[in-house]
Amino acid sequence: MTDLYTSQRTMRHMRQAAMQRGVVAILDVGTSKIACLVLRFDGPERLREQDGVKPMAGQSQFRVIGAATTRSRGVRFGEVAVMNETERAIRTAVQAAQKMANVRVDHVIACFSGAEPRSYGLAGELDLHDAVVSEQDVSRVLAACDMPDLGAGREVLHAQPVNFALDHRSGLGDPRGQIGHRLAVDMHLLSVEGDVVQNLLYCIKRCDLELAGIASSAYVSGISSLVEDEQELGAACIDMGGGATGRSIFIKKHMIYADAVRMGGDHVTSDISKGLQIPLATAEKIKTRHGGLYATGMDDRDMIDIGGDPGTESGDWDKDRRQISRTELIGIMRPRVEEILEEVRATLDVAGFDSLPSQQIVLTGGGSQIPGLDGLATRILGQRVRLGRPLRVQGLPQAATGAAFASAVGLCLFAAHPQDECWDFEIPAERYPARSLRRAVKWFKDNW
Amino acid sequence: MQPLIATRSFPRATQAAASLAPAPMPRAAAQPARGAKRDPAPSKWSYRKQRMLLTPHVRLFLRAGLPVLALVAGVAIWLGDDARRAALATELATLRAEFEARPEFRVSLARVEGASAPLAEAVRARLQLPLPMSSFDIDLAAVRARIEELDAVLSADLMVRSGGVLEIVVTERLPVAIWRTETGLTLVDETGQRVAGLLSRADQPDLPLIAGDGADRAVSEALALTAAAEPLAHRIRGLVRIGERRWDLVLDRNQRVLLPEENPVQALERLLALDQVQDVMNRDILTVDLRSDHRPTLRLTPNALAELRRAQGLDTVENAL
Repeated sequence: MTDLYTSQRTMRHMRQAAMQRGVVAILDVGTSKIACLVLRFDGPERLREQDGVKPMAGQSQFRVIGAATTRSRGVRFGEVAVMNETERAIRTAVQAAQKMANVRVDHVIACFSGAEPRSYGLAGELDLHDAVVSEQDVSRVLAACDMPDLGAGREVLHAQPVNFALDHRSGLGDPRGQIGHRLAVDMHLLSVEGDVVQNLLYCIKRCDLELAGIASSAYVSGISSLVEDEQELGAACIDMGGGATGRSIFIKKHMIYADAVRMGGDHVTSDISKGLQIPLATAEKIKTRHGGLYATGMDDRDMIDIGGDPGTESGDWDKDRRQISRTELIGIMRPRVEEILEEVRATLDVAGFDSLPSQQIVLTGGGSQIPGLDGLATRILGQRVRLGRPLRVQGLPQAATGAAFASAVGLCLFAAHPQDECWDFEIPAERYPARSLRRAVKWFKDNW
Repeated sequence: MQPLIATRSFPRATQAAASLAPAPMPRAAAQPARGAKRDPAPSKWSYRKQRMLLTPHVRLFLRAGLPVLALVAGVAIWLGDDARRAALATELATLRAEFEARPEFRVSLARVEGASAPLAEAVRARLQLPLPMSSFDIDLAAVRARIEELDAVLSADLMVRSGGVLEIVVTERLPVAIWRTETGLTLVDETGQRVAGLLSRADQPDLPLIAGDGADRAVSEALALTAAAEPLAHRIRGLVRIGERRWDLVLDRNQRVLLPEENPVQALERLLALDQVQDVMNRDILTVDLRSDHRPTLRLTPNALAELRRAQGLDTVENAL
């Protein structure tokens, strides 16, 4: 798999094959955990309207029949750092999910948060041959987009047509069959580091799994956490993961911007670990049990043991009987969280989030579970901030419905109902090689 | 210093070295060892094994195919030895023989029903079964065929009843006519099949008598004629088949009615009507020829003919011839 762009088409075929078989696995490769869900597709609309489930995003088509998480090893900043450790972690998660589902999965759809995603807005326009926009015209106008210089070793992860304009009419979702003279398209392109993706693909391939799709976790957590109105009117989703914080901006149900900073909950943990001179595991434990962002007077008297568990204590009495107040813990956590939010604010400003009609910000991901984050985020990001939890999907275990599973759930929706990417359209006939048989067939089809 | 790229087996190597060192070192060494033990990741081969076992075909094979295959293979191997196979065959034969020889299946009595005493005797003689014997050894179909070979038996039903009784329900062939041939008298049924021989006509006075070649093949026609000739019943002596194609009704006083080949019953009925009106048959006639349906022809006796001519004033020259 050398060129990610060309393999995207193959992945779509894989996805079709997986749908035929009815079982597909979802793999969220994160920095702190690797989640694997097994979906079973029962065909469209098994549930009727009277069941109260509406097919709004295709989430009634499938059912989660297996779910497993494992602590992620060998992943840093959402990127594969140690190949075989990552492979083992993926294997653990996939095996446990398969065991729960009691079915073998061969196709997997993966998402990751790192690899320095960069957004580009592309525009292309085309004079139509005849007045009616055909499928080929759409392909041609997508091909006519001016490709920016992505940089060495960078690959296209998403390339979604966001908006079509015909003459002076803009905001068209589907221009096919409409009459006009000049077709223009706006496309959102997300590029990532190619090598990072190749590493991840290699890890998945080592687990005997076929990749049926790949997505950026900033995008998929936006799909699951933003409600329909927010996606329509404009909103940003902040996915606070372990090693990276992803941002995605949606408007008119399309992602128009995505980005990730390489900072997340693991940095908070390492701050605690360094500040209090305790192991990372203990730091993670007291962060999740006692962490917070707003100190009150009572927190001064709330003493936390940081000496470690009976199994991990050092044997030194003084070291093992250390205590800190919760205020101290908050004092360590808060600056780092503030820094992350400041970073988010800066990138949102750069992306022009101010100019959107609605500026809703939704915080999700495991890091968003810190108590008091909504208050702090309100102060930094603006008034319209809420904590988001992913959409409910059928069969998802209660333990996997939290904010930490936003990208896994989003990936389920992405698997069931993927957005049109530019490789979903047929290749324009001019791009075929001159002596290609397909070009000849195409010519016959067009002329008779 | 630990190597940067470590294999997961490294704590085992360090543990031995660490046991020499005092206080905190064993603990430090024990930590990764426990960590390694707690590693939840399956090995590549156990992962593959689990995936293979979850494959639908493999699961089906393991659940159904493998036990069947093992069973078949076991039986085949066991039967592979000639001696064992022979032993099994004799064992089975013995079992079968023992089972068949049980008193529940023994037939010790044959009961004939639906037959007259002489026929029952004949049937019993025809059985040729060395009773008592096992009901498995009786070939009922062959016995039935043997019994049905008897002329007087129309059909026979054989059943082995409880209590070791072989019940033979015989339907007798009913004689409907007596056929007189050169060799003697024979009782025949309506299909012309021989039922039994007859010594004297007087043994069966109620049955009509038929005679002539091929009479047995037209018994039903003869019966119809007999039934039609009911008004003349007291005078009928019998029916004679002429030329294997038509009937003569023979009455007493040597009278004969020559019936046509086609529609003899109708012709006879016409004669009876004539008889009723004109009292034909009581007159001094030898034969009534009905073979032509345009007109019946009468032959008078010579005396009657002479009397008729004399009455008409005709004088005939007669001689003794």
